[in-house]
Amino acid sequence: MKVDQLSIFLENRAGRLAEVTKILDESGVNIRALSLADTSDFGILRLIVSDFETAKTKLKENGFTVGRTSVVAVEVSDKPGGLHNILSMLQNEDINVEYMYAFVQQSGNSAVLIFRFDRTDQGIEVLQKNGLTIIPGEKLYAL
Amino acid sequence: MIFDVDMETLPREELEKIQLKRLKALCERVYNNVPFYKKRFDEKGLKPGDITSLSDVKHLPFTEKQDLRNHYPFGMFAVSRDNIVRIHSSSGTTGKATVVGYTKRDIENWGQLMARSFMAAGASAKDMIHNAYGYGLFTGGLGAHYGSEALGAATVPVSGGATRRQVMLLKDFGSTVICCTPSYALFLDETAREMGIDIKELPLKVGIFGAEPWTDEMRRDIEKRLGITAIDIYGLSEIMGPGVGIECHEAQDGLHLMEDHFLCEVIDPESGEPLPPGETGELVITTLTKEAIPLIRYRTRDLTTLNTAPCKCGRTLARMQRVTGRSDDMLIIRGVNVFPSQIESIIIETEGLTPHYQLLVERHGNMDTLTVNVEVNESVFSDEIKNLQRLESKVQKNIKEFLGVTAKVKLVEPKGIERSVGKAKRIVDLRNES
Repeated sequence: MKVDQLSIFLENRAGRLAEVTKILDESGVNIRALSLADTSDFGILRLIVSDFETAKTKLKENGFTVGRTSVVAVEVSDKPGGLHNILSMLQNEDINVEYMYAFVQQSGNSAVLIFRFDRTDQGIEVLQKNGLTIIPGEKLYAL
Repeated sequence: MIFDVDMETLPREELEKIQLKRLKALCERVYNNVPFYKKRFDEKGLKPGDITSLSDVKHLPFTEKQDLRNHYPFGMFAVSRDNIVRIHSSSGTTGKATVVGYTKRDIENWGQLMARSFMAAGASAKDMIHNAYGYGLFTGGLGAHYGSEALGAATVPVSGGATRRQVMLLKDFGSTVICCTPSYALFLDETAREMGIDIKELPLKVGIFGAEPWTDEMRRDIEKRLGITAIDIYGLSEIMGPGVGIECHEAQDGLHLMEDHFLCEVIDPESGEPLPPGETGELVITTLTKEAIPLIRYRTRDLTTLNTAPCKCGRTLARMQRVTGRSDDMLIIRGVNVFPSQIESIIIETEGLTPHYQLLVERHGNMDTLTVNVEVNESVFSDEIKNLQRLESKVQKNIKEFLGVTAKVKLVEPKGIERSVGKAKRIVDLRNES
């Protein structure tokens, strides 16, 4: 039920992000979702891609430091209160969200939330218990 | 004016006679009292009696900072502990400290040499000396203090810090001479301006600056801003402390070395061979009169040139040019000695970091800043910002704790640090540029 997220260490300097997208482009890897967290010195680019292994290999070959993180993708109806509903149930079970990002699907009217929990398995359990739709990795990569 | 006219204006041949007499006695003393030197002499098949001319000094073994560290704390002392009246030490807290001791006579000599220095800088017994060098294990504060008293000046033992108060004291007491680091002089000036005080309007006329590298540009800047004459002083704790060399205010062209107490040579740092006057190399000093911890051919690692031409001030003591660099990779950051190898061990001891790093030294305003660039690798990389920031502050904290210097630690991408062929370029020092 988990999704492989690629995390990339980036120095804050011009053109560094474009290096990544160029490598992915040349490798035929499509980006499904992304988030960029940054400080004044460095940033962490988090990506869900169509082909995790290829992206990881190509980026490493080009000298990037990359990591693999298990995240959870949840489908939620695209309407007010959708996110709040989920956060409330997580709060009740004392599960901490380390970070999250979201995207709206083109087809249909649902949004996808990507979560990084402090306790990933328990997080999945809570969401499932509450009847939420968790999107498996394979499905997300192929969207 | 010259404090010790007899010694400071000796014809060179007279000076050399005194130096030779003292050198011979020194060799006897270290051979008989310091096992380290007996061993070094024996290894070379040298007996103290083999030294019959000053040029024989080239046969004597060198002493390095590491030798002092290896004999931490008192192994290099040549007198019993009963005769030691003072201990000073370098700041190293990673087991790299060097400890030096002084007998009563060493302290007296030091005071005399610092008094000479003050007078060469243009001070006299009529002056009031504001001493803002740190008091404590560091040799600067107490060295200047005893010198100021030996001169007969009124001493204001302010030590470092509390800058606004220092400005107030300069104004209220009307000190005419100040000693501190050159960067602190500029900081004092900035603080004074914030307080609405113009140091130029105060009675201050001379500043004696040392303990960190500075340039002629910085000298002119200090002189202009503070309205004083800025004098360069040289010294190192292993040899004595401040007062090994001083510029005279008449010429401000090279630092007169106290040659009756210190035999100075310039050598090729690679081959160890002596270089003639006028050539740039590493300054090597033999302490001719030190009792507690006499050193033979101590390698200062400071690069300079010796000049024996007569000076217009009347002193016959040779002059060394302002130190232009180091023959090793030591950095002096705000008065603290930093070796890249010390930073390296801290980085390696911090879990999982690669030993690829680079030290970037810059001067912002009047403050030196040190940035330590450290490469991130997969074993420490995290997808969470807070983990990486924690890593940065851990390295930063360890550097502060072990070296006493505040550094900015910056994580960079692997291979983000230029790999050079052969020796890694560990230091980028931009202080003397711009």
